[in-house]
Amino acid sequence: MNPITFHRPLTLRDASDLFAQLDNATFMSGGHTLLPSMKQGFAAPDHLIDLSQVPDNAQISLESGYLTIGSMARHVEVATSAIVQNAIPALAGLAGSIGDRQVRQRGTIGGSVANNDPAADYPSGVLGLGATVITTLREILADDFFVSLFETALQPGEIITAVRFPVPKSAGYAKFKSPAARYPQAGVFIATFEQAIRVAVTGAGASGVFRLTQLEQLLKNQFIVAAAQSLEINTEELLSDLYATQDYRANLIKIMAERAIAHMGQASVFK
Amino acid sequence: MAIIHLQVNKQVVTKDVPDQTLLIELLRETLGLTGTHTGCDTTQCGCCVVLVDGVSVKSCTVLAVGVQGCQVTTVEGLADGTNLHPIQTAFMEHHALQCGFCTPGMMMSALDLIQRHPQPLTPEVVRSEMEGNLCRCTGYHNIVKAIVSASEKMHAANPASLAP
Repeated sequence: MNPITFHRPLTLRDASDLFAQLDNATFMSGGHTLLPSMKQGFAAPDHLIDLSQVPDNAQISLESGYLTIGSMARHVEVATSAIVQNAIPALAGLAGSIGDRQVRQRGTIGGSVANNDPAADYPSGVLGLGATVITTLREILADDFFVSLFETALQPGEIITAVRFPVPKSAGYAKFKSPAARYPQAGVFIATFEQAIRVAVTGAGASGVFRLTQLEQLLKNQFIVAAAQSLEINTEELLSDLYATQDYRANLIKIMAERAIAHMGQASVFK
Repeated sequence: MAIIHLQVNKQVVTKDVPDQTLLIELLRETLGLTGTHTGCDTTQCGCCVVLVDGVSVKSCTVLAVGVQGCQVTTVEGLADGTNLHPIQTAFMEHHALQCGFCTPGMMMSALDLIQRHPQPLTPEVVRSEMEGNLCRCTGYHNIVKAIVSASEKMHAANPASLAP
């Protein structure tokens, strides 16, 4: 890797100040996307600002119908948290399905959401549940947060401190994992609330995670598995790569949607 | 450069290394502990797994300076002198390796699993929790058998003996 200078601030204020003072600095939480990206030359910061020593940044709490997860909470902590398992079991299941055991023991929710990889799991849960991303500067609705591939509404120097999820009546997540890379080729997150139904798709969108409003409408009319079968998906807006064409991904979205509907209250992983 | 203080296999280590040094580079190149292997170097294969404060991590994706003050355990820390660790014995008894390149990472992931995952470890749990360790020779059957067997033996013994 290129030479870097490592910084380990103990407060968010110090982290922000460092970012303002240094040239070509970037924040790191679990580092499990950033360090591989640096090895491949996709990222080349001169300064790494490690957020792992900022205290009280991984807390998980449930209050007044909202589940709040601190940005440094590792995937394993979300997956095994009794609070998350009881409030939104599909979200605990989603966290427990990311990568592998070692990745889950380092990777964090804040890092995943800030990176906005088009094949990451968390963005579908954040968008599907209509969560709010809380930063050092403001609160950003999920609908405004995810902009495009690896692009979010975060400003330079802005740090995610937590994600606040409204607890739904029910939620379900189904994904099909790439046989090689193990990232989802399509993952569908469905959440039902008193007044609304939200559906978000990851792994398949050419611009990253997106809401499937067509399915939201169909499910609002009738919450049945067959609703997904009448979906007409615009393949031009889907990802295409060596492993899965747009048509293949369109079909996967339908099937994962069917399975999410059929298995609400959990995350279902297919490979 | 950063001065790093940590414990590796219960030995106190102090080294001055560049900030971009990966944990696996510190272990292999600075400390000469070549039991931990570099396989894919992309966080996928698990050959480089070591324990940091008892938690398994892929040492190709952790900065040495990021484990400042931690206790690191590598495959060299498993055996007690000439007495093999129960996981090593189980891998031998069940013929859980062929070329052996993935074995150090397999055993360190297995140790984390046996010590920290709720028991009992069924073959299904072992297969899903060991997903981050790839073996290109064995087909995994004997690795799973060895880990289940080691888990049973270690938990039948005094739990205090679990630590390597």
